[in-house]
Amino acid sequence: MDAIVAEDLTKRYKAVQALDGVSFSVGDGEVFGLLGPNGAGKSTTVRVLTTLTRPDSGRALVAGEDVVRHPNRVRRMIGYVAQDSGVDWEATGRENMLLQGRIHGMAGRPLHARVNELLELVGLADAADRIARGYSGGMKRRLDIAIGLVHKPRVLFLDEPTTGLDPEARVAIWVEVERLARQENLTILLTTHYLEEADRLAKRVAIVSRGRIVVEGRPEDLKSGLRGESVSVELRETNGRVTEAMQVVQALDGASEVHVEGQVVRARVPNGAQAIPVILSTLESHGFPVLSVTTARPSLDDVYLHYTGRDFAAEDEEGR
Amino acid sequence: MPQVLRHTGWMVVRQVRNLMREPIWIAMMIIQPMIWLLLYGQLFSKVTQLRGGASSYIEFLTPGVVCMNAFFGGTWSGMAMINDLDRHVVDRFLAAPASRLAIVLSQVARAGITAILQALILLLVALALGVRVHGGVLGWLVVLVASALLAMVFAGFSNGVALLLRREASMIATANFVGLPLMFLSSILLSTALMPGWISSISRFNPVNWGVRAARNAVVVGGDWGPTAEFLFFLVAATAVTSAFATWTFRAYQRSI
Repeated sequence: MDAIVAEDLTKRYKAVQALDGVSFSVGDGEVFGLLGPNGAGKSTTVRVLTTLTRPDSGRALVAGEDVVRHPNRVRRMIGYVAQDSGVDWEATGRENMLLQGRIHGMAGRPLHARVNELLELVGLADAADRIARGYSGGMKRRLDIAIGLVHKPRVLFLDEPTTGLDPEARVAIWVEVERLARQENLTILLTTHYLEEADRLAKRVAIVSRGRIVVEGRPEDLKSGLRGESVSVELRETNGRVTEAMQVVQALDGASEVHVEGQVVRARVPNGAQAIPVILSTLESHGFPVLSVTTARPSLDDVYLHYTGRDFAAEDEEGR
Repeated sequence: MPQVLRHTGWMVVRQVRNLMREPIWIAMMIIQPMIWLLLYGQLFSKVTQLRGGASSYIEFLTPGVVCMNAFFGGTWSGMAMINDLDRHVVDRFLAAPASRLAIVLSQVARAGITAILQALILLLVALALGVRVHGGVLGWLVVLVASALLAMVFAGFSNGVALLLRREASMIATANFVGLPLMFLSSILLSTALMPGWISSISRFNPVNWGVRAARNAVVVGGDWGPTAEFLFFLVAATAVTSAFATWTFRAYQRSI
């Protein structure tokens, strides 16, 4: 049975169509990533699935229960780690977890044992009785995750689990999530606007853009679905003729998905080694001195560009 | 025990515990009412007309200051709700099977409990200054109940506003807008007999004054239990109304997310 089923979910906030027919399903025990720039509709999707928000139309089942008709049944089976931490800053880590457990109907020895087990698991055992206000960003995040797991949920929602963390803390959270997914036998729905995060953690991803899912699949399949390599050419100066530089590359045989970011022209080519000399000489002959060239195997960035026709970073900035 | 009571209990424990960890808050809670009592008590002590039938102005003032504290505490209690909204603690509870009613009621109950604590401190300080509660044990009880109810009336209102506006600055403006006028439209500082006619008419509909009248009956008169019970009943009804308002705005908040 699928742990999560979303069917044609729509949700409108005043002028914004946050969800415009979102459908996907997540198998039991799977780690699934919703990937997209800021404002794409990922958090709204999670809020619908965690019963915080009612969809305008469509249907969603979590752990087999309908989120609109039986929200309390759903709430008992899910853990929710919101994008913005839900930690009570003035309480200790342990107190935060105990209260959450009590809300879930746990009590006494089993509750305390479970809290101790989780504190150990997320590496907060030593800090457990300190006020959460003094925790670092990474510690607060791990406490958030532990709070979400107190009642042994079947499905865990992680909304942007590493946003705002430094790279070191981010990797620590990734290791944590990977371990928890194994040990707690969880289905995890993860949203992120970090491509490398989805790549690393999720077995399957759906790319969300403007309230719709544009493509879904295993990260490696999505990437290998794009033939060739991406080439990035950094120009020394463009003198305002950057569009012209783009057109020059566009005109070349085999170059596709050409776009510009500042001084950098990016393109997809069947074979980087063959294409680079041609691109360089053509650009130079049109009066565009080149500073550097790099090629890369396709990334989820490229997948995003390929399916939406838009640049991920630019879209992300726009949605902020 | 029904779920709503259990959840309210735990959430009240959480809030009171958090407050007890704020040394400045505790200091202010104890010192500020004493300042009112001593300052006003001294300031107006020579004006014998003010005190109605009380034997000293400070005796007259004590139930007033108890009520003033309770209702100020109530008007500000929405700040805690805004804090919980900002920190997304409310959303965390909403995604869990927490009683919705308990999220609101715990804030109201917490305001009542802190008001009782403050009232106790004030009565003890007043006792040291020679103020006798003429109503005896029943009088003490009435003062405590009146202060708790008064705090809860305004906590319901304050939390309702907090859930509607969801912004600290708006909350502060509202609390100030409501607080001082209601204080001067009551007999906290001077007896009703001295008020201009129109103020005394308005004060009869002011919940703050219901609390003050009940508490003053308990401390100064030591009797008049009939009207006192009536005032307390009005306060219970007002608490129900403002709590219902807060519950309604909480639903509005839920719909907005």
